[in-house]
Amino acid sequence: MSSTRNVRGLLGTKLGMTQLWDENNRVVPVTVIEAASNVVTQVRAADTDGYTAVQLGFGEITASKVTKPMAGHFEKAGITPRRHLVEIRTADAANYTLGQELSTDLFAPGERIDVTGTSKGKGFAGVMKRHGFHGVSASHGSHRNHRKPGSIGGCATPGRVFKGMRMAGRMGADTVTTQNLTVHAVDADKGLILIKGAVPGARGTVLVLRSAAKAKGADQ
Amino acid sequence: MTNTIDALAASVLRDDVPEFRAGDTLKVHVKVVEGNRSRIQLFQGVCIRVQGSGVGRTFTVRKVSFGVGVERTFPLHTPIIDKIEVATRGDVRRAKLYYLRNLRGKAAKIKEKRDAPIAR
Repeated sequence: MSSTRNVRGLLGTKLGMTQLWDENNRVVPVTVIEAASNVVTQVRAADTDGYTAVQLGFGEITASKVTKPMAGHFEKAGITPRRHLVEIRTADAANYTLGQELSTDLFAPGERIDVTGTSKGKGFAGVMKRHGFHGVSASHGSHRNHRKPGSIGGCATPGRVFKGMRMAGRMGADTVTTQNLTVHAVDADKGLILIKGAVPGARGTVLVLRSAAKAKGADQ
Repeated sequence: MTNTIDALAASVLRDDVPEFRAGDTLKVHVKVVEGNRSRIQLFQGVCIRVQGSGVGRTFTVRKVSFGVGVERTFPLHTPIIDKIEVATRGDVRRAKLYYLRNLRGKAAKIKEKRDAPIAR
């Protein structure tokens, strides 16, 4: 991952979805993200850390829950402790100052961003749900065999099941990035960002918002 | 959490929507944009369905145009609606009037609702 690009980032919590109308009176599905009180907790420089990045803190935490080493880290930045820390690799990290507050107007309406979060957990899921297998016929003599994967390999040759064979198992609760979402609107006073479309995770999940890595035709 | 979203959605809700239900005959004044000028088009018919809640609430109006049934579903709070008029109140016994699709002519007519008798 090269840090030659200038990436802007924010942390936020997903509040939920609703719908609004745009200027052409078309319905826009929007995800509402609260990204207030982001603060710079550390600035990584090439000569001290080997790479350039900016570390952001977000979220309230009671002082008693902060470990002594972390308390010292926050004290160094001259801020109250935050619950979540995330580093954003960016070339222009030197432009940030320690303890600087970032508001949601970091992103402009119309801009493309990537949103990273933890997807909803689905528990132990079968192959049809987890991998999109087609299952077995509903009729034509199928008996108690409708959502099974079918054959998982050969017999004496190779005499084993290949590694990575897609089977049932735990699904969801993965780190998922949705790329190239459009910022619909920004409310810096309330600390809200409205993003067109859906983002990973349940309501209340912590999200990382970054400038889009693969934005086409967007103003980068 | 939900209060923020409710407040956001409330800002786009219309407050000039009359109260109506399935069975009512509605006159929906729709803004139509043709090129660079816009005009108002009237879509009149029977409301056969009201669905959803909040900002996502929609209703469907059915009319028979030149012998062909036409149904149009509008979001209740869409800005393309200039105004909604309730022409008549219908006397119906269900919330979804899909059975009207199978009826023609006089059978598809909905009885007008008489004013409710005074409760004693």
